[in-house]
Amino acid sequence: MSFINKPKVSHPSAPTNALGLTRRQYEGSMSTLCAGCGHDSITAAIVEACWELDMRPEQLVKLSGIGCSSKTTNYFVNGAHGFNSVHGRMPSIASGANAANRDLIYVGVSGDGDSLSIGLGQLVHAIRRNVNMLYLIENNGVYGLTKGQFSASADIGTRAKKGEINQMPPIDPVLLALSLGATFVARSFSGDKAQLVPLIQAGIRHQGFALVDVLSPCVTFNDHEGSTKSYTFTREHYHAAVEADFVPPAQEISVEYSQGESIPVRLHDGSHVILRKLAASYDPTDRSAAYSFIESKLKENEYVTGLIHINESANNEFHTVNKSNTVPLNRIPYGKLVPGNAALEKLLARYR
Amino acid sequence: MPNLINAPDRVNDFVLKFANVNGTGSASANSLIMKAVFRMGIPVTGKNYFPSNIQGLPTWYEIRVTRDAYAARAGHVDIMVAMNAETFAKDVREVASGGYLIYDSTWPRSTLLQRPDITVIGVPLAKLVNENFDGVRTRILLKNIAYAGVVAALIDADLEIINALLRESYGKKQKLLDSNSKALRLGYDYAKQHLQCPLPLRLEHMQRTHGHIMIDGNTAAGLGCVYAGATIGAWYPITPSTSLMDAFKGFCERYRVDPDTGERNFAVIQAEDELAAIGMVLGASWNGARAFTSTSGPGISLMNEFIGLAYYAEIPCVVFDVQRVGPSTGMPTRTQQGDIMLCAYASHGDTRHVVLFPANPEECFYMAVQAFDLAERLQTPVFVLSDLDIGMNDWMCRDLQWDDAFQPDRGKVLSAEELARLDKFYRYVDRDDDAIPYRTLPGVHPKGAYFTRGSGHNQYGGYTEDSAEYQLVVDRLKRKFTTAAKYVPKPELLGKGDNKIGLVSVGSCDGAVREAIDVLARQKIYVDYLRIKAFPFAPEVDSFVSSHATIFVVEQNRDAQLRSLLTLETTVDKSRLQSILSYGGYPMSCQPIVDAIRAALAEAPRLTAVPAMSPR
Repeated sequence: MSFINKPKVSHPSAPTNALGLTRRQYEGSMSTLCAGCGHDSITAAIVEACWELDMRPEQLVKLSGIGCSSKTTNYFVNGAHGFNSVHGRMPSIASGANAANRDLIYVGVSGDGDSLSIGLGQLVHAIRRNVNMLYLIENNGVYGLTKGQFSASADIGTRAKKGEINQMPPIDPVLLALSLGATFVARSFSGDKAQLVPLIQAGIRHQGFALVDVLSPCVTFNDHEGSTKSYTFTREHYHAAVEADFVPPAQEISVEYSQGESIPVRLHDGSHVILRKLAASYDPTDRSAAYSFIESKLKENEYVTGLIHINESANNEFHTVNKSNTVPLNRIPYGKLVPGNAALEKLLARYR
Repeated sequence: MPNLINAPDRVNDFVLKFANVNGTGSASANSLIMKAVFRMGIPVTGKNYFPSNIQGLPTWYEIRVTRDAYAARAGHVDIMVAMNAETFAKDVREVASGGYLIYDSTWPRSTLLQRPDITVIGVPLAKLVNENFDGVRTRILLKNIAYAGVVAALIDADLEIINALLRESYGKKQKLLDSNSKALRLGYDYAKQHLQCPLPLRLEHMQRTHGHIMIDGNTAAGLGCVYAGATIGAWYPITPSTSLMDAFKGFCERYRVDPDTGERNFAVIQAEDELAAIGMVLGASWNGARAFTSTSGPGISLMNEFIGLAYYAEIPCVVFDVQRVGPSTGMPTRTQQGDIMLCAYASHGDTRHVVLFPANPEECFYMAVQAFDLAERLQTPVFVLSDLDIGMNDWMCRDLQWDDAFQPDRGKVLSAEELARLDKFYRYVDRDDDAIPYRTLPGVHPKGAYFTRGSGHNQYGGYTEDSAEYQLVVDRLKRKFTTAAKYVPKPELLGKGDNKIGLVSVGSCDGAVREAIDVLARQKIYVDYLRIKAFPFAPEVDSFVSSHATIFVVEQNRDAQLRSLLTLETTVDKSRLQSILSYGGYPMSCQPIVDAIRAALAEAPRLTAVPAMSPR
């Protein structure tokens, strides 16, 4: 049985957030992934991000498809509803859930198989629809649960554990999202918690679809020599272009952020994401410039990381386009939804 | 002009068929005649036989004037208005002996009119219209109204009623009203001056349509979803279900938009495919909104995986399947009942689903509301199995009514207060011993959190690979289906129940079956009729099939799917179930039923005694 309850032990002096909750209270069940799996580090980053955001656990909805990455929604924030759907179809569940209740926070966790092969269609259309959610891809280039087949994000020339060389070009989720007009596109590495936590926070606060592609090496099937998604390869080819920091709404932006190459971007809820450009020529608000930069660096085998693109002026979030009531649709009283018998009698004249 | 004098009078009982080219605007002319009949107080049906095409292919509209208010297709044509050169020869052949053919005599068609047994009426429609109107498009459109005028004169339709209908359609567009009225008059006057009017097949005012409407099932179902309180419709366009979501959207735009702010109390999401459509419905329903999708057979095939998840994870959802002819793409614009087995057992593994079978648009409205109540009460998918005939054709129905005291049954959903009082919430525990657990909605209370999964789970909602824990849950799901049988609509019985012959049917076969029963009764053959309204079968279904020596199962598919379902889900001896099938794609008429029963009686002398034994 791979469902393990974690003992509830908490240090009495553990720090609490504004809601009086400790980090422990944002944790989930015990992970059943392989020891050293990059996904567990991402889970830890989500826990940290939610704790720091003072999120009420029940305000969070955790969604996933099928695969190693999708199992992880069980490993954080036990006080939140989780929905482990079918393979590649999490975006539609998230879209429907969000349509029903626009007030909750939706975090989807997927993998490269779940998002870029079987679920590519749903991912693409959730981006187009600009569903307000954070969508994390835990990207390791390999199918873990079925023992090591290449995924659609495997690079040309990468070698599988059993020796096979991948010959097909990869689908890069960052380039894909940029080409579709996604309003928040980021990439990070499971081993870089300092970068990942603010990206998750900013992605949650972003009003619209926030895609974060997280390179997350598979210790069992894709961490050998010849793999382009191993820990060693990733660390060597990791190129942080934009450092992001997240500043909650209540906190003032300190002077150091406003100097030099920093760009503070105000999010809709009043919080800020501070972008510090490490490459002078790079402009994360310019979509086509971002696309060219990422593409050119990929050719040099460099993974550009950070908040690659953000567009806070887009006005096409799902509910904005739908002109939805600000009250969530699942909370509108029945009396307001039913036109009644008088209206029906009047309507029937049309059919006589 | 042939002699019309000897034909017998058939007042308010004949079939009028219009053969047109699709995309030429004939629909409004045809429905003008249909509505005029209705407003004269005469029961009527209107059926559309159209191609899977946008413009240029043959299309037919069939009006059955039926003083006895039969809902089925008649199975013959008395008056054919042949306006399509391409199908002309076929249309001439279809006219019943003694019937009439009306054609545009602007162009001679003498070689195609080899039917001495019918009366051919030529009207120079194109000539009339071309002499009076300019513009190609205008002429094409108004030629339709002109033939409507000819027909109106021939069948003695009330011209005042037709003019009133035109005024309602074009009230604010004076130019359009003028040209349509003029075209109508052209045809009408020509017929009055040159033809013997009226024909023996003609109309007379009746008083049988009061308290009734003419509506199609998709419109009624869409309206039902509004009254059910559905807020989210997610779908992928597919014939013949598209007009259901269109209707829902149209009614929502009328009733669900705040007049001050423009804010909308609904969302209609056109998904990228049916897989996403059902996923959105599940996400929304799981989150506490009433959500549904409308689709047809191919869509159900695609939705199977998610339907299994909804069954196993116990997520309410409502799926309208407006059936069309399969398998595969089949004939998208023809009708069939080919998805009965598909819906009853959709998805892999052990699954069984609640299915409702409306027989007409009226039931589409009420069953739409019922479907949401059942889905939320039972926490499971509910299918509403309509078909193209019900969904897209014009049916005379009793006025739809609404009880303003109605409150929806939202099922067992724990409130924040109830959760606060609980020590701990477990999702799949059968607390009330009715096999229906309690559910919670996200965002309501931290104690309500649980993990929804399609993978093996125990009654506490935790992941499991343990046999006993797994079986405990799936055995409860089986019991839940027994509970469902108590909630679903009961079958409808026609007859005393003591005849030796029983007829069992579903859905749109109803009109044909009822008419067949009348025809048989006139031949002193008496039968009982049970119309199944839902699956799982109520106990009445089992007792009906057990208590009749011979059962005829009437349905519209090749493989006798309802019969299969009866053999699987009741105790009936299958040798007693005989099938009467109609699956060519056109709505069923009563004739195959009458013929099959008479043939069976002739072959089985034992049964020929039945009428004598139950005299009426």
